[in-house]
Amino acid sequence: MTSQVSSPATEHRVLGEQRKPAKETRQLDRVIIRFAGDSGDGMQLTGDRFTSETASFGNDLSTLPNFPAEIRAPAGTLPGVSSFQLHFADHDILTPGDAPDVLVAMNPAALKANTGDLPRGAEIIVNTDEFTKRAMAKVGYAVSPLEDGSLDAYAVHPVPLTTLTVEALKEFELSRKEAERSKNMFALGLLSWLYHRPTEGTEAFLRKKFAKKPQLAEANVAAFRAGWNFGETTEDFAVSYEVAPASHAFPTGLYRNISGNLALSYGLVAASKQADLPLFLGSYPITPASDILHELSKHKNFGVRTFQAEDEIAGIGAALGAAFGGALAVTTTSGPGVALKSETIGLAVSLELPLLVIDIQRGGPSTGLPTKTEQADLLQAMYGRNGEAPVPIVAPSTPADCFDAALEAARIALAYRTPVFLLSDGYLANGSEPWRIPEIDDLPDLRVQFATAPNHEGPSGEREFWPYLRDPETLARPWAVPGTPGLEHRIGGIEKQDGTGNISYDPANHDFMVRTRQAKIDGITVPDLAVDDPSGEARTLVIGWGSTYGPITAAVRRIRGAGGAVAQAHLRHLNPFPRNLGDVLGRYEKVVVPEMNLGQLAHLLRAKYLVDARSYTQVTGLPFKAEQLADAISPDLIVGAIQEESADV
Amino acid sequence: MSEAPAVEHPAPGGLPALSLVPKADAKQSMKDFKSDQEVRWCPGCGDYAILAAVQSFMPELGLARENVVFVSGIGCSSRFPYYMNTYGMHSIHGRAPAIATGLAASRRDLSVWVVTGDGDALSIGGNHLIHALRRNVNLKILLFNNRIYGLTKGQYSPTSEVGKITKSTPMGSLDAPFNPVSLAIGAEASFVARTIDSDRKHLTAVLREAAAHSGTALVEIYQNCNIFNDGAFDALKDQATAEEALIRLEHGRPIRFGAGAAKGVVRDQATGDLKVIDVTPANEHEVLVHDAHAASPTTAFALSRLADPDTLHHTPIGVLRSVERPVYDTQMSDQLEAAVEQHGKGDLAALLTGSDTWTVVG
Repeated sequence: MTSQVSSPATEHRVLGEQRKPAKETRQLDRVIIRFAGDSGDGMQLTGDRFTSETASFGNDLSTLPNFPAEIRAPAGTLPGVSSFQLHFADHDILTPGDAPDVLVAMNPAALKANTGDLPRGAEIIVNTDEFTKRAMAKVGYAVSPLEDGSLDAYAVHPVPLTTLTVEALKEFELSRKEAERSKNMFALGLLSWLYHRPTEGTEAFLRKKFAKKPQLAEANVAAFRAGWNFGETTEDFAVSYEVAPASHAFPTGLYRNISGNLALSYGLVAASKQADLPLFLGSYPITPASDILHELSKHKNFGVRTFQAEDEIAGIGAALGAAFGGALAVTTTSGPGVALKSETIGLAVSLELPLLVIDIQRGGPSTGLPTKTEQADLLQAMYGRNGEAPVPIVAPSTPADCFDAALEAARIALAYRTPVFLLSDGYLANGSEPWRIPEIDDLPDLRVQFATAPNHEGPSGEREFWPYLRDPETLARPWAVPGTPGLEHRIGGIEKQDGTGNISYDPANHDFMVRTRQAKIDGITVPDLAVDDPSGEARTLVIGWGSTYGPITAAVRRIRGAGGAVAQAHLRHLNPFPRNLGDVLGRYEKVVVPEMNLGQLAHLLRAKYLVDARSYTQVTGLPFKAEQLADAISPDLIVGAIQEESADV
Repeated sequence: MSEAPAVEHPAPGGLPALSLVPKADAKQSMKDFKSDQEVRWCPGCGDYAILAAVQSFMPELGLARENVVFVSGIGCSSRFPYYMNTYGMHSIHGRAPAIATGLAASRRDLSVWVVTGDGDALSIGGNHLIHALRRNVNLKILLFNNRIYGLTKGQYSPTSEVGKITKSTPMGSLDAPFNPVSLAIGAEASFVARTIDSDRKHLTAVLREAAAHSGTALVEIYQNCNIFNDGAFDALKDQATAEEALIRLEHGRPIRFGAGAAKGVVRDQATGDLKVIDVTPANEHEVLVHDAHAASPTTAFALSRLADPDTLHHTPIGVLRSVERPVYDTQMSDQLEAAVEQHGKGDLAALLTGSDTWTVVG
């Protein structure tokens, strides 16, 4: 197949033409850049823009935003450092990368917090203006690291970013402080030059963002261009780099860059459309899930109702009320919110109404690490309710996969009349990657049939409606929405008599209902687990779930690249598990389960399948690194040679 | 003394609050609203009287039965939906206003009622209650106040008088009670009323006004728990005492009560507060005329404070406040319509595509 990447949509092309650097150009197959600065320095925006430029250029990419929970942590301190890592390549990649090739450090704190992650020879672009005695003392530098030889292992580019930015903007009527604020755009301009990124998208973006303050828009564009021109003219940068588009990495189609939370939001809108049911979101703001509430609030013209409730409990309560009324109901939250919603999830289990509970997991327990990632809510989703209250669980594996996972969660909820957990996490939520935009015709049909007529014959031949008379195949009960004549019925959290749904304290009936609710969830149809074992000789299986897909797959590639054989499988359905999971596990001598928790999936696998699953865990608030995982999965296969590989992480 | 509030009977189903709710095809009777379930409250419970009043009042609204929904929380009163032959949900403790909010906000063709108690609404569910009231969702909340926990067998509730001796407070309860009507007015409620389980006529009249109201209506119903707090409202029910204790509020009429309407409520010129006086020809003109529709909640709040929480003397009943305010679910729908007007009906393919794309061709 010959494939090529065409230019991005030409819509924005009129604004600023594509410029080509004049210096020597070298080709690279991939680069990892980390932008780091104070949480007020605009590093997330800078990273987002570089990502958009990179996406429109056609590289494969993967991103890792990493920021503190404080909106403006104390300036210049280590805890206040905010960073954005971006990995882009001319081939398909799976993670934001283990170690940055380039670090952009906007101040001493950003340098200090990040040098430990840099390999020898990495480039550091450092804003020398911020290296004052006081700023250095704040993070424990007695002597300037720029002068004491401690950075000799790296290629340091000292750039007075602040001064240059202020100088570039002197024509604008801005205070020094206002002008300084554009230094992130200067840095972005410089990096855009260094890696031949398209520039017109960023200029259009700035003009749109500051549409109401044209002066600020032009100042930012000027700073951005000044950064680009600085690269072109300064002698400190002799070479610039090209990373060709990832021409062969992608199937044909129309692509865009997308983050997990955006993909999830779109998945919900799509599910509503495919189910032909209005979408209702009941939610309470919580990091890192709030972006879904924000996004869905923009799409009222799709009939989407968003309700910002007074608390987490009201968020899910309102959603459940809307589900009773026939809506595709959703609540979005993170771990602490799930804890508060648990009782209502139990009610939804008892009422047997469709409801999506979306948990964007973050570090715990308690408030934990609000802006960092973790996978430690699996057992909470699985078991965190009173009584026997089984809930299906679906987990997306990459940012773009959040779209499909939302549709799948909706399918299960609607078809089986049950609450469903969707377990995303902070890494998927904020990370982004290219997404092949699906054809609407290819989306699943999620339409449901509401009950319209009585379904049972009473003792004297009269037609009655029994709200708990189940579909023999799915065990789903009828969904009879208010407004349907003749089907008036009452449901509640008290145990119900099988069939009629009337209150029942009968021991045998309770036993039957508990087992039936469990059987309904156990019987949900989910696809078999696919195993990737190209050599067919692997004796080790590595199995994961959720956002570890990228790092695990990268690690597996490393092992295979070094001549090792390892099989890989990744679970999307955690309740119920795929039917063939037991067989798959039984085929391998060794089963390794990497997780960002203390072994919750491993625990479930051991309990259910009596398999000696080996847990490999990390709870740093950050995703796994591929190299470390490769070592853990198959230590005997990791030889020195692998370091020489251009390891495709 | 027991004359009903001066309310005009609205045309069946013609209430503005219910204009989107389909009407019944045929004339209904009380029987139509009785479910086939055996009522399981304790014999003598005040809930029976309220159930009967609601069941006999509903036909007056003439609504399609299938478009009526009762949502409740947990507690004795929350069994109510099981006995209504409408759609219903018996949910979890304190959460009925939240659940009903989602239902009412997404289905404007429904008449949604919440049945709750003093523990359910004011203790575990206090947050949802105040937020439902301030949002002004189209809900009718019936708060059965018996000043005790019944279903958990007799602990003091957030409306119990200070010093209440119960199983959990053998030396007397320490916390000051809520006055639900004061609380509701403070929470920006657009409709607040109080009535009594045993006064069928008054109860029905208040229900009628609540049903006609656009937005959240809170109706506090004093309800006797004959097992754990029997006689809690006797001061308001016994012929001998009621006349002096009860202040029957009627919109547009002077606030007078007592034997021969000898007492009246006036504004204290010195403090601006309200007080009770013996009415004489000389001061008769000072007696406050009740204005339930006053934009300011100040006087309604002052009226709610006249009652003595221990003796219940000077307890106002009737509609304390009924004002028009934007209704949450209406505005939510309006925003959806405005979004379609501004951006056109949502186009999924266009949404997914966005503005920054690139094409990979084979």
